[in-house]
Amino acid sequence: MMREDENRQTPCDQGGCSRRRMLTLLSVALGGVGTLLAGVPIVGFLLGPVLRQQAEAWVDIGPVHRFAAGETVEVAFQDPRALPWAGTTGKAAAWLRRETDDRFTAFVVNCTHLGCPVRWEPEAKLFMCPCHGGVYYSNGQVAGGPPPKPLFRYQTRVANGQVQLKTRPMPIT
Amino acid sequence: MNLLRRIVEWFDDRTGLVQLGKYLALHPVPRNVGWSYVFGSATLVALLIQIVTGIALATLYVPSSGQAYASLQYIATTAPWGSLLRGMHFFGGSAMILLVGLHAIRIFLSGSYKFPREMNWISGSILMMSTLGIGFTGQILRWDQTAFWSLVVGAEQAGRTPWFGDLVGRLLMGGDAIGGNTLNRFFALHVFVLPGLLLTVLCLHLYLVIRNGISEPPHPDRPVDPASYRQWYQRLLQRDGEPFWPHAVWRDAVFGTLVIAAIVILAVTVGAPEIGAPPDASLLDAHPRPDWYFMWYFAVLALLPHELEDIVILLAPVVAFLGLFLLPLVANRGDRHPRKRPWSLCFLVFILISIGALWIAGNRADWSPDFKAKALTPEVVGATSGPIARGGEIFSQRGCIFCHVISGHGGRRGPELSAVGNRLTSQQLTIRILNGGYNMPSYGSILKAGEVQDLVEFLQSRR
Repeated sequence: MMREDENRQTPCDQGGCSRRRMLTLLSVALGGVGTLLAGVPIVGFLLGPVLRQQAEAWVDIGPVHRFAAGETVEVAFQDPRALPWAGTTGKAAAWLRRETDDRFTAFVVNCTHLGCPVRWEPEAKLFMCPCHGGVYYSNGQVAGGPPPKPLFRYQTRVANGQVQLKTRPMPIT
Repeated sequence: MNLLRRIVEWFDDRTGLVQLGKYLALHPVPRNVGWSYVFGSATLVALLIQIVTGIALATLYVPSSGQAYASLQYIATTAPWGSLLRGMHFFGGSAMILLVGLHAIRIFLSGSYKFPREMNWISGSILMMSTLGIGFTGQILRWDQTAFWSLVVGAEQAGRTPWFGDLVGRLLMGGDAIGGNTLNRFFALHVFVLPGLLLTVLCLHLYLVIRNGISEPPHPDRPVDPASYRQWYQRLLQRDGEPFWPHAVWRDAVFGTLVIAAIVILAVTVGAPEIGAPPDASLLDAHPRPDWYFMWYFAVLALLPHELEDIVILLAPVVAFLGLFLLPLVANRGDRHPRKRPWSLCFLVFILISIGALWIAGNRADWSPDFKAKALTPEVVGATSGPIARGGEIFSQRGCIFCHVISGHGGRRGPELSAVGNRLTSQQLTIRILNGGYNMPSYGSILKAGEVQDLVEFLQSRR
C-alpha cells in the first residue's frame, strides 16, 4: 500500500523530498504564527489585572473624635478602586487603634499565616486567628502559633478632621 | 417499517454510526465480571447529572462578584425546583468524587492498570484530578463567606510558590485582592476549562476501554505476561465472552439508576449546603472549611509542623500525581490478584485508614480556638467569692477558655486543664502564664500580678 502512494508522489531524485520538507515547514511555521497572533492578546488579557499596578488611594474612615484613645475597633470601608460589580467583595476592614491624639495604628485583618481574619479580644488584649490558633499581641507581634510575621499595617494619617488609611494589596506572605 | 429501515440503512451508509453502535453494544466482554465493575459507568452517570444540572443552574446563576449571592438566594428560595436543582448538583458532585474513588480502588485492587491498560489508568488519573479541581472551584462559586475566605487561604497557599508566589496568588484573585475580577476566573475554570479538559480526556479513556477491552477478573495463578496477554485475552473473549449489551451492562443500568435515585433523594431530604453570609471582607466572623471530600487534606495542612508547610503545600499534589502517573509504568506486569500482592493491599488499606483518620480530625478541628466557649459556671469554679472565684473569672474572660478545656468547657487548642493542679506546681503555672509557650502568648504584660496570683490559685484548685 505505502509503496503505491509513494510512487504517486514526486520521487526524491526529482526534488520531491525538498518540496515536502518545505511545505511541512511552511505549514508548521504558519501554525506557529497563528498561535502567536491569537495567543499573545489572550495571555495578556488573562494576566492583565495581575501585572497592572493599581494606584493606592487614601480612604476616609471616620471623624477623629469618634475614636477613643487606646481602644482597638474594627472599621469597615469601601475600596475606592473596586470594580462597579464587585458588590460586597469591594468592602474591606481593618483593626484601628488611636494611640495618641493624632497617631493611629491600622492593622490588616489577614493573619500572616494563611490569611484568615483575626479577631481582637479586648479582655485578653490579643488578636486571635480562628483558623489555626495564631495569636498576636496588641502591637501586632506574634505571640504564639503558626504565623511567621507580625500583622501587616496600613499607612494612616489625619486629614481635615478625618482619619484616613491608604489602601494596599492583600499581603501574600 | 420498511421506510424506517431504509432511513436507518441510509444513515448507516453515510455515517457508519449504526454499525459502530452495534459493535459497541454487542462486542464480547469477559463473562460475569460482577458488581464491583459498575463504578466506572456510575461515575459517568454522575458526570452527566452534573452537566445537565450545571447547565440548568447556569440559566439563573449570575457569575458576578456583586450579584452571585443574590442569584443563588433566588435559586435556593424562589425559583421553582431551584432548591432541588442546587441539591442535585451538590450531591451529584459528591457522588462523582466518591464513585471515582471507588472506581480507582477497584482498578487498583484487581490490578487492571497493568498491561495493556496502562494508559487507561494514566488518563483516569487526569480525570480524577480534574474532578477534584471541578469540585473545589464549584465550592468557590457558592460565593459566601466560606468561599471568600477559603479563596484567601488558597491564594496565600499558592503564594508560597518560590519566586513567583506573588504572581500566582494574584493570578488566582485576578488582582491585588479578591474583588470584581475574582469570581469569573473560577467560573471560567469550573464551567469551561476543567470540564473541557475532562471531556477531552474522557473520550480517550472511553476509547481505550473499548480498544483494550474490559479486564477479566484476576486469578491468583494467572500473572500478566505482556508477550502473550493480548492473544490470550482475545481467545478468552471468543471462547467465553458474552455480549456487552445486555448481559454485562444491566448491572451498570441498575447501579446507575440507584445513583440517580440517591442524588435526588438526598437533594430532597438533606438539601444543598446552607448559603452562608455574603462574601464580605469586612465581616470578620469566619470559619472557612472545605466540603467533605477535602476535609482530610485540610487536616493534613493544619497538622503539619510549620517548617514543612511550604514543601507539602507545593510538592504534595505534584508527588501524588506523579505517583499515580508512574504506577502502571513501574508495575505493569506480574500478579494481578490482590492475594498475591500483599504490599499493594497493605498500601491501599493504609491510605484509606489515613484518609479516614484525617477526615475525622478535620471535622473536629482541634487546632482552632473555640470562640463560642461559654464561661465557667459557678458550679465548675466551686466558689463565688475569693481568689478562686476571681481566678475562674479571669480564666473565662481573658482568653484562656478559648484554647483550654476545664470540666468540659472550652477549646481544645491547648492542653486540658481540668486536673492541672495535680500536674503542675504553682511556680510552674506562674512561669507558664507569664512566659507563654510555642503556641501560647505570654500574659506577663497583659495580666497584673494580683490577677496572675488569683488565676494560679484557681488552676491549682483543679484536681
